Amino acid sequence: MERKFWLSTLATCNDAHLTSLWEKFGIEVNFTWLRKPEIGSIMCQGKIGVTGNNFNFGEVTITRCQLKTSQGKIGHGYVQGRNKHKAEIVAICDALMQTSKRDFLIKNIIRPLVVSDKNLKKDVMSKSESTAVDFFTLVRGET
Amino acid sequence: MYVAVKGGEKAIENAHNWLSEIRRGDVNVPNLEIDQIKEQLTLSVERVMSEGSLYDTDLAALAIKQSRGDLIEAIFLIRAYRTTLPRFGTSPPIKTDDMVCMRRISATYKDIPGKQKLGPTFDYTHRLLDFSLLAEGNIPKAEKRKVLKEKIPHVLRFLNKEGLIQKEKNNNYQPKDITRNPLEFPANRSERLQSLSRADEGFLLALAYSTQRGYARNHAFVGELRIGYVKVKYNIPELDIEIDIAEIIVTECESVNQFQGSKKTPAQFTRGYGLTFGQLERKAVSMALVDRALRWKEIGEEFVGAPAQDEEFVLSHCDNIQATGFLEHLKLPHYVDFQSELELVRRIRKEYEKNK
Repeated sequence: MERKFWLSTLATCNDAHLTSLWEKFGIEVNFTWLRKPEIGSIMCQGKIGVTGNNFNFGEVTITRCQLKTSQGKIGHGYVQGRNKHKAEIVAICDALMQTSKRDFLIKNIIRPLVVSDKNLKKDVMSKSESTAVDFFTLVRGET
Repeated sequence: MYVAVKGGEKAIENAHNWLSEIRRGDVNVPNLEIDQIKEQLTLSVERVMSEGSLYDTDLAALAIKQSRGDLIEAIFLIRAYRTTLPRFGTSPPIKTDDMVCMRRISATYKDIPGKQKLGPTFDYTHRLLDFSLLAEGNIPKAEKRKVLKEKIPHVLRFLNKEGLIQKEKNNNYQPKDITRNPLEFPANRSERLQSLSRADEGFLLALAYSTQRGYARNHAFVGELRIGYVKVKYNIPELDIEIDIAEIIVTECESVNQFQGSKKTPAQFTRGYGLTFGQLERKAVSMALVDRALRWKEIGEEFVGAPAQDEEFVLSHCDNIQATGFLEHLKLPHYVDFQSELELVRRIRKEYEKNK
């Protein structure tokens, strides 16, 4: 599993779901802050007519932090929204993913988050599919 | 000359206390929770995020509660908060090709790969009040149907293949951010679209409607309208790794418009583009129509003096926070200004009487 994948999963997952998974396992980690959680934004760009030039179309709130565990691993916590606690959990997970805890985390935290996101999307797509229009043509006049 | 006037502190404090009380309303009615606004007034929340130009559902819901449901006041709160945020960077452009669509329709082609999907729409409802919502009505469950793994390509690609529609120009222009650099005229289309994307929905709707009624008519079709989830990417500077940092709901509209062609170009369709946060169909379609009207010069159309063609007029007046700020300041005390005007009118009248 690539770092890009777990960081993406953690950044966009449901806050409450991550917190409950994390608290269930109660992993204690000693760390020092490199950068305490801070709230900011990123500017989101779009593309004119899907293929044209870029344009700025609005900002999204982001929380970020960095920490170093007592094992010397550096964890980055970048998450959507304004949740400092979530950013901290993500940074700790990122640090632990570089240790022997990796398989445990994949099984008990990352995978469940991936599965629940997949289910959510499947739910949206299958509801959308149920609203797909089936056209039929009426035959007019004599046949 | 400005004369400092003090006073009114107590009156202001008392006014704000009453405001808090009246916001809460009858205390026998349960307090409105932020989650209820977030879950049940989603389109208000999305409008506040779009015009506030900040995607954060919690903040938008809070702003709606604080403003007693006055959406422009809520947008004002979001804009003010936004200015306090440090900017961590810019995302590469979102890929609407990869959108997980809730709704996707085309008014130009009936049979399209990915199908016409109506999604959770008000269209085709009868606009009759549903009194079952007064009571705890039974909520019908959304149907589900098995999804075939098919991509949902953009409809205008088909016209593009035949060369029947103008290609979008892409010269890797680096857009200026109008929240950091004041807008200059003539504006580039990128800056125009940033401005329109955070513009007042009502203003855009009225302008778009004016083009339909004949002021800079350019007969629009909705080539495609899609609403759904897209990922926002971000390159983490410390790691140089690009991650999905956010997932947002957006509405995208591509309009197809008529163009007669000129001596140099054969007849061809032209485009307008609308993109907004949230499910804001009316605004996205309006934005596409106004974008198209503003492109008259580039396309080689005549300037007929229509409001929707006038870039300076549109962009200088489309922002409801700028507008409301200037308008509402009229309610603040102007006692001294008015005194001087009063003196002037009295003097002129005195001279008039003298010379009569």
